[in-house]
Amino acid sequence: MKKLLVSTALTLALGLPALAQDYTPDPNAKAGGSIVITYKDDVATLDPAIGYDWQNWSMIKSLFDGLMDYVPGTTTLRPGLAESYEISADGLTYTFKLRAGVKFHNGREMTAEDVKYSLDRVTNPATQSPGAGFFGSIAGFDAAGDGGLSGVEVVDPLTVKITLSRPDATFLHVMALNFASVVPKEAVDESGADFGKTPVGTGAYKLAEWTLGQRLVFAKNADYWRAGVPYLDQIIFEVGQEPVVALLRLQNGEVDVPGDGIPPAKFTEVMGDPAQAERVVVGGQLHTGYITLNVTTPPFDKVEVRRAVNMAINKDRIVQIINGRAVPATQPLPPSMPGYTEGYAGYAYDVDGAKKLLADAGLADGFETELYVMNTDPNPRIAQAIQQDLAAIGITASIQSLAQANVIEAGGAGTAPMIWSGGMAWIADFPDPSNFYGPILGCAGAGEGGWNWSKYCNEGLDAKAVEADSTYDPALAADRMKMWSDVYMGVMEDAPWVPVFNEERYTMKSPRMGGEDALYVDPVSIPVNYDYVWVKE
Amino acid sequence: MAAYLLRRLMVSALILLGVSFITFFLLYVLPADPVRQIAGRSATAETVENIRRELGLDRPFIVQYGHYLAGLVQGDLGRSYLQKTQVAELIASRLPATLLLMLGAISAELLIGLTFGIVAALKRGTILDQTLMMTSFVTVSAPQFVVSLLLLYVFAVKLGWFPIGGYGTPAHLVLPALTLGILGSGWYSRMMRSSMIDVLRADFIRTARAKGLTRARVVLGHALPNAILPVIAMIGIDIGIFMGGIVVVESVFGWPGIGQLAWQAIQRVDIPIIMGVTLVSAVAIVLGNLLADLVAPFIDPRIKLK
Repeated sequence: MKKLLVSTALTLALGLPALAQDYTPDPNAKAGGSIVITYKDDVATLDPAIGYDWQNWSMIKSLFDGLMDYVPGTTTLRPGLAESYEISADGLTYTFKLRAGVKFHNGREMTAEDVKYSLDRVTNPATQSPGAGFFGSIAGFDAAGDGGLSGVEVVDPLTVKITLSRPDATFLHVMALNFASVVPKEAVDESGADFGKTPVGTGAYKLAEWTLGQRLVFAKNADYWRAGVPYLDQIIFEVGQEPVVALLRLQNGEVDVPGDGIPPAKFTEVMGDPAQAERVVVGGQLHTGYITLNVTTPPFDKVEVRRAVNMAINKDRIVQIINGRAVPATQPLPPSMPGYTEGYAGYAYDVDGAKKLLADAGLADGFETELYVMNTDPNPRIAQAIQQDLAAIGITASIQSLAQANVIEAGGAGTAPMIWSGGMAWIADFPDPSNFYGPILGCAGAGEGGWNWSKYCNEGLDAKAVEADSTYDPALAADRMKMWSDVYMGVMEDAPWVPVFNEERYTMKSPRMGGEDALYVDPVSIPVNYDYVWVKE
Repeated sequence: MAAYLLRRLMVSALILLGVSFITFFLLYVLPADPVRQIAGRSATAETVENIRRELGLDRPFIVQYGHYLAGLVQGDLGRSYLQKTQVAELIASRLPATLLLMLGAISAELLIGLTFGIVAALKRGTILDQTLMMTSFVTVSAPQFVVSLLLLYVFAVKLGWFPIGGYGTPAHLVLPALTLGILGSGWYSRMMRSSMIDVLRADFIRTARAKGLTRARVVLGHALPNAILPVIAMIGIDIGIFMGGIVVVESVFGWPGIGQLAWQAIQRVDIPIIMGVTLVSAVAIVLGNLLADLVAPFIDPRIKLK
């Protein structure tokens, strides 16, 4: 078992578009072969404007490309379909120069018109894209409709100019999201709402077969514009496979990577067997599991109470409950995220201190509350641990164990005093600290139905967040990260959350899989980076 | 007969209408918002409201239901909220697998159940009888999830006789069909046993024996055709029971049927798929019952349809 740390955070922190280094192809890599990946659920859609779950996210990445991309196995930006780009001095205009000769899977060459069409499409309300909001900084976003975005302009067939309505330091990351993938208009028009079942992109693979509910086959795109990749001739995704069954099949040599990971019930057994454990790759991920404390619900409106709860939770024990598959968290950002505050210890586990804070708040006798939790293992068990920790300082919490959709509903409506985020916790859309703030801690997400389940709204911090994201100059990237660090320290002061742990990723692979370990815990492609892995025989 | 059929079909249509209304209503009052499932966590409030409007979910319940019914009578089950695919297409692609599994399951349960029942009736009061009845008691109560994993582990992983889940060849069918069949067989063996015991006591059996017929002829030629009548009627009802069972069994064995589709849709609050699968299951149950009633007079002339 090897342990990797995704620490390109540093490169990002030092210079925003850290484009200098690119991927060095594996000299041992062999072309050819086929692998089998399994999933429990059928793939919802392969339309890059619609797909937004961790299963189809990496699949869409292999079928489509955007203007920007990441160096495989890292969080470092690199150009994708854009060959180069320029940012104007005021940070409001991005001019992308496209690669010549890139072909869609239907054989047609990709042009600047396609880039404009794709951005118009994803922001058009009729498309119903869950990712439309990411493009909010493009000029004309508020008026987006059938007329398209006024801020996106085709200069010539290989140049596209995007004008922003406000500086946005995260804009290049936004252009690397699947939602910004370039799609051919004629294929979308032909398929209509079924484009998600008949995707046509410029990616390393093309969809060769999709038998609903059974399997999908990706075939190598021989005309792929990046030289030398992909290595595999095809990838077979078998869906409808229970994780336990997938593991048995892996042990039997029938499966190469179980997409849903190692089932919790089998984790100790797998890790206890050296032969199996050596084929497990462990890596950090941009994830934080937390408890939300609803600041609009007494007594959580008192900061002393929220801090007391922070001090009452024994995070080490909770990490033990999930077999040590995580590290205790001290702050909202995970350690591998740029902007993470090094050296900050958070609220230490201190039962007596917590009791004293409660007494200061006039609640020496404790109080009764409710803890909402998603009803799949291990979340109810974690909730019980939290319940016991709270009981130790006199708080009686009753557990509301519900289906995911019901917990999300209660969180959005603000009717849940406390929520354990497990199963719904935040995993970053892109590796930038701003992505951990707006929807889950900022005022924008605190409204009815938002994902800010604490209903926490600190206008001072919101202003600081806006200031940070307006700091678009790459030379000031370090200052920007400092601003973000300050924002999250401000959050910890107000304590609307109890950050509990940062989950690690465990990807299991068959003995025949090749490629460096980083590809198996790629921060943006879960479970693996399909374009760069290969098979040994 | 024709009048009976017409009346039954009309009642069936009413039942289906009722099922559609109740399901639609339950999904409407469910404290879970499908729009938030579609919009995901990063969506802005505008995106959420836009999706709600595009799907017509901002309209009052009765308008939404009316709209759904209007599509339904034209054979349109709508499009999945998350996959955007036609629900009819999703169901049609999975229905053959489910029908095949049911056929396999019914064959398995009849084979096991009837054999156990007949043997137990003939060996009434012996250790064998008690063992068989105890077995049927256990199989009826065993959780499907456990049985399926157990069969999978023993016969596919350890012995390697059958594939570890999946779909496509007759070998793939054996274990999932057996799982459902074992669970259903308990009812049949008990039913068959008591029915057989009753028949074996009847006068015509005594007559047959008195005529000097062989034991095999008495049992298979005279007793079985009479004892099996109440059992036949059960098969129609079974379809309903299986509809519940396939959700678990299809998930474990990776069987690409509508049970798996339903399970995934429920987790994602994908209302058009949940509605579609519910209606298709309701149609299967209603038709199964109707068929059982229609077939009964042909098997047993004492039954008349009115």
